[in-house]
Amino acid sequence: MIDWIAIFSNAAQELISPTTAAYALAALGLAIHFGYTGLLNFGQAGFMALGAYGYAISILSFGFPVWAAVLVGIGASIVFALILGIPTLRLRADYLAIVTIAAAEILRLIFTTNTFDAITGSASGLQGYKTGFAALNPIPDGTYGFGPFTYNAYDWWIRIVGWSLVTVLAVVTWLIMRSPWGRVIKGIREDEDAVRALGKNVYSYKMQSLILGGVYGTLAGMIFVLPRSVVPANYQTSLTFFVYAILLLGGAATILGPVIGSMIFWVLLSFFSGFVARAVEAGWLPFMSQVQAGQLRFILVGVAIMLIVIFRPQGIFGNKKELAFVK
Amino acid sequence: MSSDVTPTSTPVKTTGLHVGDAEPGCRKVDPILIADGVKRTFGGLTAVDVAHVEVPRGAITALIGPNGAGKTTFFNLLTGFDKPDAGTWEFDGRSLAHVPAYRVARMGLIRTFQLTKALGLLSVLDNMMLGAKGQTGENLFRSVLPFLWRKQDDEIEAKALEILARFKLEAKKDDYAASLSGGQRKLLEMARALMSDPTLVMLDEPMAGVNPALTESLLDHILDLKSQGMTVLFVEHDMHMVRHIADWVIVMAEGKIVAEGPPQNVMQDPAVIDAYLGAHHDTDLGATDTGHVEALKELIDDEQ
Ligand SMILES: Nc1ncnc2c1ncn2[C@@H]1O[C@H](COP(=O)(O)OP(=O)(O)O)[C@@H](O)[C@H]1O
Ligand SMILES: [Mg+2]
Repeated sequence: MIDWIAIFSNAAQELISPTTAAYALAALGLAIHFGYTGLLNFGQAGFMALGAYGYAISILSFGFPVWAAVLVGIGASIVFALILGIPTLRLRADYLAIVTIAAAEILRLIFTTNTFDAITGSASGLQGYKTGFAALNPIPDGTYGFGPFTYNAYDWWIRIVGWSLVTVLAVVTWLIMRSPWGRVIKGIREDEDAVRALGKNVYSYKMQSLILGGVYGTLAGMIFVLPRSVVPANYQTSLTFFVYAILLLGGAATILGPVIGSMIFWVLLSFFSGFVARAVEAGWLPFMSQVQAGQLRFILVGVAIMLIVIFRPQGIFGNKKELAFVK
Repeated sequence: MSSDVTPTSTPVKTTGLHVGDAEPGCRKVDPILIADGVKRTFGGLTAVDVAHVEVPRGAITALIGPNGAGKTTFFNLLTGFDKPDAGTWEFDGRSLAHVPAYRVARMGLIRTFQLTKALGLLSVLDNMMLGAKGQTGENLFRSVLPFLWRKQDDEIEAKALEILARFKLEAKKDDYAASLSGGQRKLLEMARALMSDPTLVMLDEPMAGVNPALTESLLDHILDLKSQGMTVLFVEHDMHMVRHIADWVIVMAEGKIVAEGPPQNVMQDPAVIDAYLGAHHDTDLGATDTGHVEALKELIDDEQ
């Protein structure tokens, strides 16, 4: 018999999980890049890896306090954005796409190789960097919550910090996108030469956008590793594609889209994986092994996202009117 | 091509713009733009090779020439959208060599494009407001603090609405620019150029593809720019319009300036007829050439 209660309660937990918050942040960064500025950043996984490693290495190798470790991660992603942007942002949009996808892979391989094992932990990654963050937790020890949302003090602390960050950055994004700065950014998405002809330094704006969205990705990478350990295999290109899926699901040039998109993505993923795993256990899918079942959830999520994109191509929060003019 | 597209009032022509004979590269009494030895090649093709040209201040100058003469390329070079192989050029006494396009615009030289560049998924009003210079809220750090830029933004909005009203686009202010007709987009692009109070406006084929009902208002707007003290340099194929509104005409062919002068004189210049008909006009005339020939014939008829 299938335990539906467990499947649903696991899925519901994803609504407020730190991973969902991390993906929401990364997608919000991509919304700035792709949705608002029209920059094709395919290296968001690289920015997330810099957040994760920048934070963990600063603490483990250099004994930095939490705030300094956060700044190191942010600094690393600003440098990364500059390295990616300086040669490519004057060129056609596709150059950035190629360079970002390659640079993110290079980063992941550097973190994976044995050469830097002493610092990066190579393939097995890093752990033991959470004490500083846990020490900042004002919540007294104990278990809190109700139903599926029952967690200990540390787990609540990650969720509070993660979702506060999502809220603050969503508001910041909303503010800047309705400002004259946002007007220039959206103009660049439509036609950068026209914006240049109006006296705006397009190159500088594109760089600002790349840096800002990249910093969101870096903060996402930090939230992402707080409930788990840092493992290089998590930062593959597929991570970037999941973040894009979330963005398109929610609506590319929207604020709520990436946030709600991330919630839907993770709830669906958890639901399907719970369902498939239990269905295999119950012998409903005799042709499948547990390992195959683990892959099936991505197929099902892919199908679900395809359906949403087909029947609501502007995303959940996107403006239907815009589609009428998309070439 | 008849009188129904020309404005009813006869525009006042500015004369006495040049010094000496009206010949290619002749000096102007008060030039706003001067180009010297500007050359641009694409592979083996010399698209622009301008020895010397001056654009008179406070007047409407038409840049004409057959397709492929290099007019658009010359526009791109002057405005920093393309880099020449050689040459110097200055605007208002300041050299523009190596000045990026956005700085050229900030100096007061605003151009429009042959292929209209309305920002489709921005509202008409946002298109306009983007045109204003020196906006406090365009700085990322200040943009999060609306109280720093709200007042300026309101002023810019008021100005945008006023210009939109002049261009009869105010009813469309909240629509996406993508929903406008081709002619309305040309109008919008021109209106947007005015948001920065330019001193020189360069229009690349402002009338191309515009519905005749709108042509008249476009012409009036161009004349308006002059009456407000701006200098206009525009590319146009329709000789009627050139003759009607231009104070000065510069003719380009195969990258070079081949003739200059007031419109009524320049049309009779053999170099111009040659440029349009080509050296081999007995062999083959393409469809567009036929158009030019007709335009020229009409003009010559007009003169008589
Ligand atoms: N980017 C380019 N690459 C190669 N050739 C070009 C390019 N731009 C323009 N040309 C060529 O330069 C010549 C001048 O073109 P253009 O300036 O567009 O002429 P016009 O605007 O007078 O019709 C044409 O022969 C055109 O094919
Ligand atoms: Mg042209």
